[in-house]
Amino acid sequence: MTKTSNPAELAAISKTVRRHILEMITAAKSGHPGGSLSATELVVTLFFDIMKHDPANPKWADRDRFILGKGHACPVLYSVMAECGYTPVDKLNTFRQLGSIYQGHPDVRFIPALEASTGSLGEGLSVALGMALAARFNGSPSRTFVVLGDGEIQEGQIWEAAMFGAFHKLDNVVAIVDWNKIQLDGFVKDIMPLDPLVDKWASFGWHVINIDGHDIEAVQKAFHEAETVKGKPTVILANTIKGKGVSFMENNPKWHGSAPSKDELALALKELA
Amino acid sequence: MALSKKYELKMGPATRESFGKALADVARKNPDVVVCDADLSKSTNTHFFAKEFPERFIQCGIAESNMVAVGSGLAAAGKIPFVSSFSAFVINKGFEQLRVTAAYPNVNLKVVGTHSGISIGEDGPSQMSIEDLSLACNLPGFTVLAPCDDVSMTAAIHMTAEHVGPVFVRAGRSKAAHVYEPGAEFRIGGSTELLPGTDVAIFANGLLVAEALRAAEILDAAGISARVIDLYSIKPIDRAAIERASIECRAIVVAEEHLKDTGIGSRVAQVTTETTPCVMEFVGVDNTYAESGTPEAVVEKYGLLAKDIVTAVHKVLARKK
Repeated sequence: MTKTSNPAELAAISKTVRRHILEMITAAKSGHPGGSLSATELVVTLFFDIMKHDPANPKWADRDRFILGKGHACPVLYSVMAECGYTPVDKLNTFRQLGSIYQGHPDVRFIPALEASTGSLGEGLSVALGMALAARFNGSPSRTFVVLGDGEIQEGQIWEAAMFGAFHKLDNVVAIVDWNKIQLDGFVKDIMPLDPLVDKWASFGWHVINIDGHDIEAVQKAFHEAETVKGKPTVILANTIKGKGVSFMENNPKWHGSAPSKDELALALKELA
Repeated sequence: MALSKKYELKMGPATRESFGKALADVARKNPDVVVCDADLSKSTNTHFFAKEFPERFIQCGIAESNMVAVGSGLAAAGKIPFVSSFSAFVINKGFEQLRVTAAYPNVNLKVVGTHSGISIGEDGPSQMSIEDLSLACNLPGFTVLAPCDDVSMTAAIHMTAEHVGPVFVRAGRSKAAHVYEPGAEFRIGGSTELLPGTDVAIFANGLLVAEALRAAEILDAAGISARVIDLYSIKPIDRAAIERASIECRAIVVAEEHLKDTGIGSRVAQVTTETTPCVMEFVGVDNTYAESGTPEAVVEKYGLLAKDIVTAVHKVLARKK
């Protein structure tokens, strides 16, 4: 794979990834486009710019690790890992079919290069903290990144983990909240509001960075800032738009978990040409 | 008729204490062993480890769900984490995490639940784990062990550390009678025939092993030859020993400090029905929660003593053709 820090190149990769996301969910006739599209710049920037990893040596002990806490957004992770060379791009459209490595939620049994099987919300942050502890025990420079959904952080375990990460001063962990303000049943503010979210994380002892999660330069800057923070973990609150990049999907709860029709796919791909 | 072997059943340490000491011993040999505890280290006995290896002891606070998943992360990154709490808490509050972060990806996580069963006594039902073995067996890929005394628990902790894959070990609060001599051998998937016998086979684990041995003595006096088997490995289970008992004794009693509905009794019955069926009876907690009291009073009231095993043996022999 070729890594890049050039925001224009990362934006181009993001566009390709968005096309994969829509194509694979359409082919599967099910899946979660909204939250995959909202997290695209975050995951692309991590894998193509920020993280130290090697698709030719996925079990390299000192690699940086990535966990998708919001496992239902796996189309973005599968597309990015495929573009990195971990898995075949031409099989992305087998997503959710029997025997496919691209399972409905991330499954390490099918893709050993994944760091964790996720799908039940609220658990990925704890697993990431365990990996970060292991890195500390081993004297490894490895850092662990975990993308959480904003709906996901309604889970109580997240706040158990938040206390744990701060108490154990795990500054080698970065949590990124894909703060797209929408969950399955509607808008987060109507289901179980999170505000004041910046204050919540800060009061739990985390270094908080609040950014536009689609602004690649802001995303890069946030990850660089996180690396300089010592003695506490960092959370990046990435303000995003659910369904980002497809006009009729943006900010509409309907696209949390439904697949586009072939006609809708054609319209969407035109916008992402 | 005299029993082939007389067990003195002198009281020894609780299996939680044997666990704590064995854990420190395992950690001396293997630097990758780390321990997570949820504010109960003085009770689970992980304090032995914490005192000797403070830098490898991870205090998780009263947050078992997070603790289990942190353990899974440690395991996935190559450490050998032992996570421990009261069995009722780690298995029930941590079950979802045991399922998704440990069993499903099959990580090398070790879980030790102490204070299992109703013999914890005074603390009452909220702390009494009577469904843990069943839940642990519902985690595909998990090994599930329930040793009965100091020697077997010590061996179990060493086996657990050496085994690659997730393991659940059940430990108790109250003192446990010495059943084994030092040097006894154990294996994952094994069982131990403590007494030979031909009229009935009694399978037991944990504290019920000593009760089964006491029952065998009472039965012997009545001219009934009871085979006693310590089924310390719940999963995998010793199918050969069960089938042999079913063929040779043609009557089985299973005794456990666990809900009867879903305990090892049903696992043993599954093996007999798949191989050679025989009449069976079950001793355990019967579709209820227990209550506070001294451990002795609680196990007596809820029917987990030698006399209850004897009653079950008479029942099963009456049905035996």
